[in-house]
Amino acid sequence: MTTITALKMPKWGMAMTEGKIVDWLAEDGAQIEAGDEILEVETEKITNVLEAPASGVLRRRLADDGDVRPIGALLAVICDPQTPDEEIDRFVDQFTIEEEAEQDVSEAEPEFVEAGGKRLRVLRMGDGGEPVVLVHGFGGDLKNWLFNQPALAEGRQTVALDLPGHGESVKDVGAGTPDALAGDLLALLDALDLARVHVVGHSLGGMIGHALAHTAPDRVASLTLIGSRGLGTRVDLCYIDSFLAANRRKEMKPVLARLFADSGLVSRDMINEVLKFKRLDGVSAALEKLAAALRDEAGTPPPALPAMTQIIWGTDDQVAPISQLAGVDPAITVHRLDGVGHMAHMEAAGAVNRLIEGFVTGE
Amino acid sequence: MSIKSYRQAINETLFEEMRRDERVVIMGEDIAGGAGCAGEDDAWGGPLGVTAGLVGEFGRGRVLDTPLSEAGFIGAAAGAAISGMRPIAELMFVDFFGVCFDAIYNQAAKFRYMFGGGVSCPLVIRTTIGAGMRTAAQHSQSLYSLFTHVPGLKCVAPSSPYEAKGLLAQAIADDDPVIFFEHKLMYDMTEEVPDERYLIPFGEANIMRDGEHVTIVAISRMVHVALEAAEALAGEGVECEVIDPRSLSPLDADTIIESVEATGRLVIVDEDTPRCSLAADIAATVADEAFTALTAPIKRVNAPHCPVPFTGALEDLYIPNAAKVAAAVRAVMEAG
Amino acid sequence: MQLSRDDLLSAYRTMRVIRTFEEKVAEEFAANNVPGFVHLSVGQEASAVGVLAHLGDGDYVATTHRGHGHCIAFGSDPRAMMLEIFGRDGGLCKGKGGSIHIADVRRGMLGANGIVGGGAPLCVGAALAIKSRGEKGVALVFIGDGASNQGHVFEAMNLAAVWQVPVVFVYENNHYAESTGADYAVACRDLVKRAEGFGMTGTMIDGHDYFAVHAAAGEVIAQVRDSGKPALIEIKLDRFRGHFEGDAQTYRGGGEIERLWAEADCLKIFTEKVTGAGLLEESQLEAINAEAASLIDDCAAAAHAAPEPAPEALLADVYTSY
Repeated sequence: MTTITALKMPKWGMAMTEGKIVDWLAEDGAQIEAGDEILEVETEKITNVLEAPASGVLRRRLADDGDVRPIGALLAVICDPQTPDEEIDRFVDQFTIEEEAEQDVSEAEPEFVEAGGKRLRVLRMGDGGEPVVLVHGFGGDLKNWLFNQPALAEGRQTVALDLPGHGESVKDVGAGTPDALAGDLLALLDALDLARVHVVGHSLGGMIGHALAHTAPDRVASLTLIGSRGLGTRVDLCYIDSFLAANRRKEMKPVLARLFADSGLVSRDMINEVLKFKRLDGVSAALEKLAAALRDEAGTPPPALPAMTQIIWGTDDQVAPISQLAGVDPAITVHRLDGVGHMAHMEAAGAVNRLIEGFVTGE
Repeated sequence: MSIKSYRQAINETLFEEMRRDERVVIMGEDIAGGAGCAGEDDAWGGPLGVTAGLVGEFGRGRVLDTPLSEAGFIGAAAGAAISGMRPIAELMFVDFFGVCFDAIYNQAAKFRYMFGGGVSCPLVIRTTIGAGMRTAAQHSQSLYSLFTHVPGLKCVAPSSPYEAKGLLAQAIADDDPVIFFEHKLMYDMTEEVPDERYLIPFGEANIMRDGEHVTIVAISRMVHVALEAAEALAGEGVECEVIDPRSLSPLDADTIIESVEATGRLVIVDEDTPRCSLAADIAATVADEAFTALTAPIKRVNAPHCPVPFTGALEDLYIPNAAKVAAAVRAVMEAG
Repeated sequence: MQLSRDDLLSAYRTMRVIRTFEEKVAEEFAANNVPGFVHLSVGQEASAVGVLAHLGDGDYVATTHRGHGHCIAFGSDPRAMMLEIFGRDGGLCKGKGGSIHIADVRRGMLGANGIVGGGAPLCVGAALAIKSRGEKGVALVFIGDGASNQGHVFEAMNLAAVWQVPVVFVYENNHYAESTGADYAVACRDLVKRAEGFGMTGTMIDGHDYFAVHAAAGEVIAQVRDSGKPALIEIKLDRFRGHFEGDAQTYRGGGEIERLWAEADCLKIFTEKVTGAGLLEESQLEAINAEAASLIDDCAAAAHAAPEPAPEALLADVYTSY
């Protein structure tokens, strides 16, 4: 019996209903390994790469460059080299888009939670296990994890939040320091009744996770830091200042471009979302407060990293240069991702997901 | 965030801004309704219900119903604006501007300049535009080009609830006279709109859709007509970039030109009549500044050079629709 | 209301400064030193000074194209005004407005207006601002007999009465709207008769007599200030010069102007009254005449010397921000 695995149009994020094939990265008939990048897909929000869900031979590419397909649609099959054509034909004919059968995780809706007197927007996916909490960076929101949360949710409960001052959470950032925000994060854990969690933090989110691990070590099972700043003695605030100053599309585009190794990933929609967010009353003031706190802390070396920490960093990170890793304790696990920028969790989602999965289960 | 209609978004903004600043007052015909009558106060809340509820919270000292005298109260609004207030006057239908235009273009628009910069005139005039409700010749025009023409005025035409809320908040915060054009047919349009206050800057066009083959600039409700045409054209393999200028004055010509430099083709959709229209203005600017990028003549889709007819079949012929836009796009695609 | 010696001196000084200012402008205009058109208020000084003696901080004034006298009476600097009329940098409106748009908005002077009657609705708005702030100010608008027939003036009167805001509508009826007599153009002859039709009180005043103006206008203004409701004043007076400088005035009857100078000169009438009653000495008034002459000569000299606005001024202040 041969195995035929369907390569389907993924669902990245709550709003995605369809995707456009940009580029096949593997030829028809090519031998591929699970995890190989085989197809570049573009959505309104972002362009990303689909990785092979299984090893085998790529057969029957059903869509060409430029074609648009709905989520869940069959794009190709991956099978054993000996699989006869008739069997593939049968598989293709019988394939229907499973609308409801798509994992429940992708249908999860965000909710609002009162945490320490602050109203935070939160997206929970998956259940059981030791939860993973995903903390975005400066100017981001919980949607930054759209390529990661569904995958991680297959194994356990995951929680992504909008930090205060971001997304649809309250604009009140208190003192605006990573410690203060760690306090908000702790209040959220209490509100959701989460005794101990794995924290994954990007950039400022990593600093917050680090602060939480320092002040409430019994609540943090492990810490994954992605492109997270403040680990070296020099913090590059240039990006934050340009982000704060950019209020028009033309100004914001080059700023967001610096987040990615490939600036082509910055879509019109992404720029628009950021501008819409920045326009909200209270956001600029909140972000200024965070920036001021970061400027204040710039010279101070951070506390030591807890033992259960892994660091993931893109070699082409223009916002937080990878040279900052120079001062890190050599006992801490560090993963350098080649050709990846500051948004490693989006640019190399598959790789980052595997590293997180391995780290939280492998201990 | 919640689903709001264009009407609700505007109403919400008026409440928000009147709460924030006691200098903000609103005046117009029947904006509350019931003045001097034996029945209910707030009987109408505006002819299309946009100002409902305001008089209940702010009273008749700040929500002023007026007699039918636009020259009087639009002029009063201009005078109040240079006497320390931030008035919002409603010109019920833009078609009525004829009876009060002096106060707008000779007074409010020129105070700052004539008086050597010593004063600002933070006046907002909200008005309705647009055909499609069978309200015929004197209640259906668009006419924003006549105001855009006047130095000293700013002109804004929001195309959706999200846009309406942010642009109106900006208009009220702005220290110059702003004419705010609300399209009658969009009052019931809904979309997700943040509950918090936000300002959308003027002079910043919104790219509604990316496309490599042709640039479509569309004003107010025509944005949706253009998007409808763009959907259909995508099926034919023609990708349209749809741009909503948001503010007609100041105009974000840069975004339009940047787009035309990429596509080489321009179609402008403007519900106003063609002579001296915004479409003509934008076409001239692009022809001047992006001439070498153009591979085809610029096409303008306007209403025809006639008053708005009453009967439905004729009015539907009058208003630019998706089919007409698509035809214009095909024409420029063929031309070069 | 009894006027003190200082009040009298001050009133005379202001009227004399206006007279001298206007005559200087006429002279400079004739010498081709003044661009555009000017509309002078020689002969109307008592109205301007007598009315505006009752206004101050917190009040607003709007006037007609014949507004120099009102501006000076409300406290604008004659030097800055002269520079403005000459179109020079440093003028009251930086040379951007000229005689017809001369304004001093920060002080409450909402400007002369190139649109006849344009100030009337503006003052309703200013009065609304006063009422909204709970203040006891007034917004006073000067309107000519010509302007009295403009639609927006009627609308402004009705609106002021309906909204109950403190506007004083001051009709300066000098009997001529350009070259057309009020006898022809004003159907009801006495503008004061319109007051009742618009829901307000009307007061008629002889504008040649400072004391009549000061007393009657004072009463009305106090009433408006107190009640917050609008009122109308009609001041019958005469302009001694043409509608504009250069107007041959052939529409005027023979000997009319000579007769006005002889019998209707408010400065002469004032002088006769105060010296006759022994309130002031001729010598005091003559000293003031000399002061005024000297002041206005300085203003003119300054205007001659001042540079024109720089080219950048062309595009400045179209908007607060764009």
